[in-house]
Amino acid sequence: MAVQTDSKAQARILSLETKGSLKRRTNPIKAMLKIMLLYLPLIIWTLITIYPFWYMIVVSAKSQAQIFTFPPPMSLDSDFFVQFTNNYRSLLSKIPFWQNLWNSIYIACMSTLLSIFFCSLGGYGFAMYNFRGKNIMFSIMIFTLMIPQLIGIIPYFLLMKAFGWLNTARAIYIPGIANAFGIFLMKQYIEASIPIDLVDAARVDGAGEFSIFWKIVFPLITPVIGSFGIMTFLGSWNNFLGPLVIMRSRETYTIPVALNSLRGLQNVDYGAIMVGTVISVFPLVLVFILMSKLIISKMTEGALKG
Amino acid sequence: MNTKVTSEGINWGTFRRKATPYVFVAPFFISFLIFSTFPIFYSFVLSLNSWDGSRPLNYVENFVGLNNYVNVLKDPLFWQSFVNTVAMAIITAIPQHFLGLFFAFILNQGFVKLKEFFKGVLFLPYITSSIAIGLVFNVLYGNPYGLLNYALASLEKLGIAGPGTLIPLTSPINWIREFTWVAIASLAIWRWTGWNAIIYFAGLQAIPDNLYEAARIDGANWAQVFFKITLPLLRPMILFATTMTIIGQVQLFDDPMVIVGGVGAMPTVSNRGMTLAIYLYANAFSWARFGIAAAVSWIVFFIIVFLSIINRRVFQKKD
Repeated sequence: MAVQTDSKAQARILSLETKGSLKRRTNPIKAMLKIMLLYLPLIIWTLITIYPFWYMIVVSAKSQAQIFTFPPPMSLDSDFFVQFTNNYRSLLSKIPFWQNLWNSIYIACMSTLLSIFFCSLGGYGFAMYNFRGKNIMFSIMIFTLMIPQLIGIIPYFLLMKAFGWLNTARAIYIPGIANAFGIFLMKQYIEASIPIDLVDAARVDGAGEFSIFWKIVFPLITPVIGSFGIMTFLGSWNNFLGPLVIMRSRETYTIPVALNSLRGLQNVDYGAIMVGTVISVFPLVLVFILMSKLIISKMTEGALKG
Repeated sequence: MNTKVTSEGINWGTFRRKATPYVFVAPFFISFLIFSTFPIFYSFVLSLNSWDGSRPLNYVENFVGLNNYVNVLKDPLFWQSFVNTVAMAIITAIPQHFLGLFFAFILNQGFVKLKEFFKGVLFLPYITSSIAIGLVFNVLYGNPYGLLNYALASLEKLGIAGPGTLIPLTSPINWIREFTWVAIASLAIWRWTGWNAIIYFAGLQAIPDNLYEAARIDGANWAQVFFKITLPLLRPMILFATTMTIIGQVQLFDDPMVIVGGVGAMPTVSNRGMTLAIYLYANAFSWARFGIAAAVSWIVFFIIVFLSIINRRVFQKKD
């Protein structure tokens, strides 16, 4: 709310200013130029952003011969559906695409659901209780935020090998289910939004500790769960290094690993690769287009707090 | 009798209440011990051993002290990776943050319309993976049939490009081989500029308007407003965003793998695309030199710490 009124006030100030400058200079061309200079970079960046998505579709509907010609393909032909189907068949002959897609979906969903549960539980524990060793435990947790993923990648691989978890989905989603970032985010949100009196009142009414969390607090923190869930899902969906290290057979690959494995050095079947890319990228893009306002406001909230 | 039972009941209740928070935060500490603490200590132990992973690690036979560190620091390929990583970090970070700030300023102008649309566009790359978009970039960089080479050939026809002109390049160019750093950096710039813009925009929105008003009443020009008000107040945001860039760039792995990498899990990355993260990965998973790889991971860690401290010095003023 405050932000909205602020930007309105600013708009008023700025419009007053432009009016003033117009009066002073009476040069509408200069004002037009100013607006052009502001919009032009945004429009150019919009084109740069969207172009790879468009080009993905174009290449996915071209035969090898159509891709490797001069001038290169720039728009769809009338036979696009036939070519797309051909490329799709070629893709299925190279990798178990739907199995790979399912692996990605399964890992992303498991990791999202489990980390929502364990991180909100941990965040609630830090936010609503006072216990011996709380501050030191919290400091340790914050410190772990600074340790880069790369440092642990080799022991992580060896550990998973020792557990017999290579080629399994749980090797990817279990290690991160109670992560420091999520617990920190949840703690901040719960502290700011849930009054401790609410918890005490529930306790007086005889509610158990876990059911206070699960039945009363959890439903009240859905906003932060939404943003954290989106972040976790995207992080898992786009994770490349983890599955690359753990998943050692074609059937267990996730989408990024599977698509990258299609790149040889010569005669890469880009048509087939782009079919896989289109099918795996566009559902997310659609969801994003439908919910972009919500997603962006949630994500910036998280970043501002972090 | 009666009182004793109640007091016991109370004790049980208090015990439960005291134990509850530990139970609630336990999943983090258990997973932290297994999946973070252990790997970190183990990677340190590993870095002091020479081990190819074929037999169980023998801490007496395999112990080599700090030799792995010395060998890494003597390896020209390590330094090549280091230079590549730093160079790509610089050519990625600078345009990314300048453009990000620039777009944030434009969006923050009250009269700019379609704000939500442009914000959506800026944020869109964040939801895609480097791999998916990197594969598209590969097609665009194609030699000789990529769109970029076509664009260059067209410019040559117009006399804008070619030897002795403004753009001294002759098509077709093997972009990935000739301009490896830029080819890889472009992908990161494409993916992260918008994210930075959104972060900076949020920061700009949080600056109260009365500060600007006061400055205008005092007769400050735009440069003074920018350097005396906006930039100092945006400092925490800039610190946050640049720190994230540094941490991400030092660990850069996906982008060079997809742009110049080889088949499957074996990086056959040409040396100009070799980053520290790929060097580490190749040591462990292609060359079975786990001890050396562990040493590399510690060196990378200290590079990140060092750069973060410098970054903090630059962007966080004490006053």
